[in-house]
Amino acid sequence: MRWLSDDAVTRLRDAGSEPELSGTPYRMLDKLGRGGMGSVYLVEDSRLIRRVAMKVLEAAYPSGDLEQRLLHEARVLAQLDHPGIVPVHDVDTLADGRIFYTMKFVQGRRLDEIAKGSASLPERLRLFQKICEPVAFAHSRGVLHRDLKPENIMVGPFGEVLVMDWGVAKVLAASTNSSSTASGTTESAAVVTKSAVKAPPHTAQGAVVGTPGYMAPEQARGQIAQLDQRADIFSLGAILRFLISGSTAVTATTSPQPGRLSAIVAKATAPTPSSRYASVQDLASDIASYLDGFPVSAYPESLPDRTARLISRNRVAIVLVLAYLLARVVLILWHPR
Amino acid sequence: MNKIVYGLILGGVLGIFDGLTSYFTPAVRAALLGIVIGSTIKGLIAGALIGWFARKVNSLALGIVFGLAVGLILAFAVAATQPGPDHYYFQIMLPGGIVGLIVGYATQKYHGAATEATRG
Repeated sequence: MRWLSDDAVTRLRDAGSEPELSGTPYRMLDKLGRGGMGSVYLVEDSRLIRRVAMKVLEAAYPSGDLEQRLLHEARVLAQLDHPGIVPVHDVDTLADGRIFYTMKFVQGRRLDEIAKGSASLPERLRLFQKICEPVAFAHSRGVLHRDLKPENIMVGPFGEVLVMDWGVAKVLAASTNSSSTASGTTESAAVVTKSAVKAPPHTAQGAVVGTPGYMAPEQARGQIAQLDQRADIFSLGAILRFLISGSTAVTATTSPQPGRLSAIVAKATAPTPSSRYASVQDLASDIASYLDGFPVSAYPESLPDRTARLISRNRVAIVLVLAYLLARVVLILWHPR
Repeated sequence: MNKIVYGLILGGVLGIFDGLTSYFTPAVRAALLGIVIGSTIKGLIAGALIGWFARKVNSLALGIVFGLAVGLILAFAVAATQPGPDHYYFQIMLPGGIVGLIVGYATQKYHGAATEATRG
């Protein structure tokens, strides 16, 4: 009797769980990856002759909880129409009863892979600004991501950023979002409401969703009801720390970066929500100010700090003026007219 | 503040300062007023031209090159029209070129001067 190798067992399992696409307009091309809820495949939409990504549950679950979560994710994504959020194309059920949805096939690299590269600090910070945009948009629509981390962020070949994996996203009550609408949008219909997105199986108070190192302390304590956009801001702060230190959020507590940048990270990842930035726009604004050499709200400047920043920001102009003065002095001393 | 006005102000101020430095050269101190007026006019013309260029072309490198060129050309013109046998090309064109370079850099870099001032 011969035993099957682990690889063979895995291949058999994969073949067994591969979705049966008969009756759908999709043709299987490849398996892209596997997540907590299901697997993602590369398929071709035969109607539009284009490649799309298909997220399918591993199996039909009798409890229906995961089906509801997948549907919830698809519906949340469908409500969030933003270039930085992957668009959903279709949602349906396979012949074997499994729910699936199709979305844009994103080609690019994950943020954690990019962070290991040689990108300069300003490039990393500009990338971070792009990450803030879709998150701020989702917040303005009353949606919390709740699992922001480098592995859930894709960067396309042209530098476009896509925030992925909204499977544990939380839709806030509409009334709590009215004050956080962004981009000047005041349409009440623009806010994702719980009626528009049928609630998933309720995440019980005390249940922990998120990723250690990136989730806010209140999230790690399972205080689901108390979560608001500041939980995502904590995660963004942890991502920022990861981007500038190049190491994991947990170990990178001390950063060799300039004081103003460290202060931004510290404010975003403050243990208490009230000490953090009130909105993602505020955090992004501080990053923009840092990049432009302006003061940041997270760092009260002393006079030497302010002087050093102004010199740093205007060093070319200062060098030019000094060059002029030097030329004048030299001409006066050596070549009197 | 648009770039031409910004260039005019900067060119004018630097022109005045450039003219005043001739005070430290005893040989020309007697003609200080005329030098300051001439230098200011030269600075204003350079500032207007460089500011106009900055409005048309959004490039720090090209702005610096254009500023340097304008500064040198105007300084050459001033030196060439100097009365007497000595034209002081080097003494006039070196600071003139640097002034043009400063205005070229500033009009490209600090185009939104008023906006930036409010941000500190």
